[in-house]
Amino acid sequence: MAQYVGQNVKRKEDYRLLTGNGRFVGDIRLDNMAEAAILRSSYGHALIKSIDTSKAKDCEGVIDVITAADLEGKVQPFTEFVEFTLPPNLEKDIKPIIKKNPEPMLAKDRVTFVGQAIAIVIAENRYAAEDAIGLIKIEFEPLPVVTDPYESVKAESTVIHQDLQNNIQSHFEVSVGDVEKAFNQADHVIRARIKTPRVSGNPLETRGVVAEYEERTQQLQVWSSTQVPYMVRSYLSKLVGLVENNIRVVAPDVGGGFGPKCAVYPEEIVIPYLSTKYKRPIKWIEDRLEHMQSTRHSRDQVHDVEVAVKNDGTILGLKDHFLLDNGAHNSFALCCAYNSAAHLRGMYRIPNYDITGQIVLTNKTPNVPYRGAGRPEAVFVMDRLIYMIAEKLNMDPVDVSFKNFITPEEMPYDTDLFYRDGANMVLENGDYPGSLKQAMKIVGYEQFREQQKEAREKGKYLGIGFSSYIEGTGIGPHEGAVVRLDSSGHILAFVGSSPHGQSHETTLAQICADEFGVSPDQVTVKAGDTSLLPYGVGTFASRGAVTAGSAVHVASKKLKEKLLAIAGEMLEVAASDLELQNGKVYPKAMPTRFVTLQEIALAAKPGPRCKVPEGMEPGASATHYFVPPTVTFSSGFHTAVVEVDKDTGFVEILRYIVVHDCGRVLNPMIVDGQIQGGVAQGIGGALYEEIIYDENGQLVTGTYMDYLLPTAMEVPVVEMGHQEFLSPRNPMGIKGVGEGGAIGPPAAIANAVCDALKPMKIEINTLPVSPNKLRSLIEEAELQEMH
Amino acid sequence: MKETLVKVTINGKEVAKEIESRWLLSDFLRDNLGLTGTHVGCEHGVCGACTVLINGEPVRSCLMLAVQADGCQVETVESLARADGSFNHIQQAFANNHALQCGFCTPGFLMSLKSFMENNPTLPTDEEIREAISGNLCRCTGYSNIIKAVKEAYALNC
Ligand code: FES
Ligand code: FES
Repeated sequence: MAQYVGQNVKRKEDYRLLTGNGRFVGDIRLDNMAEAAILRSSYGHALIKSIDTSKAKDCEGVIDVITAADLEGKVQPFTEFVEFTLPPNLEKDIKPIIKKNPEPMLAKDRVTFVGQAIAIVIAENRYAAEDAIGLIKIEFEPLPVVTDPYESVKAESTVIHQDLQNNIQSHFEVSVGDVEKAFNQADHVIRARIKTPRVSGNPLETRGVVAEYEERTQQLQVWSSTQVPYMVRSYLSKLVGLVENNIRVVAPDVGGGFGPKCAVYPEEIVIPYLSTKYKRPIKWIEDRLEHMQSTRHSRDQVHDVEVAVKNDGTILGLKDHFLLDNGAHNSFALCCAYNSAAHLRGMYRIPNYDITGQIVLTNKTPNVPYRGAGRPEAVFVMDRLIYMIAEKLNMDPVDVSFKNFITPEEMPYDTDLFYRDGANMVLENGDYPGSLKQAMKIVGYEQFREQQKEAREKGKYLGIGFSSYIEGTGIGPHEGAVVRLDSSGHILAFVGSSPHGQSHETTLAQICADEFGVSPDQVTVKAGDTSLLPYGVGTFASRGAVTAGSAVHVASKKLKEKLLAIAGEMLEVAASDLELQNGKVYPKAMPTRFVTLQEIALAAKPGPRCKVPEGMEPGASATHYFVPPTVTFSSGFHTAVVEVDKDTGFVEILRYIVVHDCGRVLNPMIVDGQIQGGVAQGIGGALYEEIIYDENGQLVTGTYMDYLLPTAMEVPVVEMGHQEFLSPRNPMGIKGVGEGGAIGPPAAIANAVCDALKPMKIEINTLPVSPNKLRSLIEEAELQEMH
Repeated sequence: MKETLVKVTINGKEVAKEIESRWLLSDFLRDNLGLTGTHVGCEHGVCGACTVLINGEPVRSCLMLAVQADGCQVETVESLARADGSFNHIQQAFANNHALQCGFCTPGFLMSLKSFMENNPTLPTDEEIREAISGNLCRCTGYSNIIKAVKEAYALNC
């Protein structure tokens, strides 16, 4: 019975966070704890001729200085992340080339990007450690630097990793239908180069690790600001050679993740190793300047795309060749690149489709998935194309969309390619035209067009832009939950996913509470700790609610059944005649004759008073690992209404509307919060954020003075509309929601700006739409008009 | 390294400690006094996570040396809840309106707002609220619920 699921239950996380009692990694202080600071490369590409640490080692308060030589034979270099390798059928289908591109823990004889770790100082405190960093002497021999992906793929380019032969790390092709034929039948072919630049996820808490080794029991305890504690544990075990069960990785309160904390980093391996070596707790907290350089970036794709259309706007086929500039390393196989390929057609019926993706290496910080993970890039391409088609055919862009939508009648719709998990990519349900209609209704489309005309007469440039997305959410391979009835009658739920703002403690408690007929206050959810369950995956890819939510739901059901069986023995009534409500179990026919959850918990204990039916194990606990058949497809429409100041190139967002479908909503307040927060990040990418390197591979946007995050002045209140198509792919019908908000804004805003400046021919095919970029586009267009 | 005696009143309690004069106020609060509710998000004065009140005025504790606080009244997030542990009006409004997700930025917002509300006793416009919190970055919430919470905090404070 759904009493709490679907309600705006207030967050259980908030008390500690609002009173200053949260515990983030940086807040952890242990006896005898040493602190680390890291010396990072100031060169984009160079040979290390020598490292002299002698002065640093003599510095007051310094315990030791560690370089790559000290790790040899003790800590293995990274392998690629096996979690992201392709399933065999997908591999067979697209026959990718993926060259192994492992990353060293510390740079040994060459550095390949600014920010790469070279040496670690361990000292009595951070101040002393940083003093010593300044005394390490390194002799570099600079090498030619590659920062442009198009230069990087050329045969004559400097090769960053000799063993890979060239800088193309991966290559794959996906083909559906007969593209050549489609292009032959086309009335028009539109070509464009569309670029989504490099950005940085920038969780407000930087990364950090604390490790403590207890020699007596050989237990290694690690706290890390990570989205994937189980992955950290597994690589620690593998690379340092430790018994996995002797390692406990805890992600305590984590101050945002958004993807960059979904990788295992060198520091998460080396700092714990050093704590075993020096037999002292060691702490390393990244500062923001390190974060900008060394925490992984994302996006950075350039698409050369061609679309074949008929005069009526029907899209016949699409060809795309794109480069993903991944920086100096790629340990994630095809993750973002393949996501882009799989999602590019989005909501549209495009039966003929060829896409080639290449992951290219340059002397920049490596890339990882960031909120949306390849989808914002794909949506920016597709929805810019919709506007270009409309422009070409002199149609309204919404009519181009309506012309090409996959309709509700076609659901479930087979896209004719494999998803990243190896399953056929089939969109299970949804109403895309309905979603656009709803968005148009909320914005008042017809009235807006009137308003736009009037404003134009007064010299004001208003514009409207739409963007659409579908998103495969809740990817496997699994997530587990243990649900337990404590002897006090309280309910505990442990999960393997690891939150950093997503409100697991609240939403999962709601699921549990409904199952047991108690209030969420009587449920405690624990997560982010590898000691809770043997296996776990993590929180990323909009998967928390789908996977952990389903696991909690099924484990709760299993436990409930067991509790009823025990109560049946206690009450001498068949379990099927019993009901569980308000913490009590009673015969349906006689609610006054009950046993409490606490009494059942006691009766579950082994021993002479045990009432667990024969054939069942004693104890009041149930485990379930939810293994999704494949992802669930969330979807939505974003609408931006903007005003452009033609003279300054400044864009103001007047309204922003999101209509979305994330299946069953567990807690509307939390879902809306995810959307609003995602849109804010998307607005950042659309208008303000860009990671820039100069030709020497130096990071130009290395502080918050140059890398602009949106403030409260720039983010409007998002107006929302909801659709709720329950997914048949999990028991509660949930679809993921974490990323959707961040996917649409670049395309919606760029389209709105183009719309505002019509009939001027302005094409915004790169981001961010900063005032200076927009001004130069306007100037160019004005010049052309004059000629 | 030479240490200097610093005497400050922190959350109503007098504290005297010898510290290196180069220590930041944020590090002093967190590492020497264990007041880890004050967070450090950027250490270069932009994000506002480290905001504390010095003699009632909001200050970025990452941009101030602890020795500069000598003789001052310092208030941190730990001082906000009532004696019985219950929320003050701003905290309550944040909880009611889901104005935090990861909660890392939250202490900075609460401290900025405490000072803002004291200096602006009547309900400000949305635009004024936006401006009041524009020195605090939040990467999770997209701010709308924080703005809602501020309005409710005014109502709760009546
Ligand atoms: S930590 Fe002080 S302003 Fe960011
Ligand atoms: S709640 Fe995470 S940064 Fe504000």
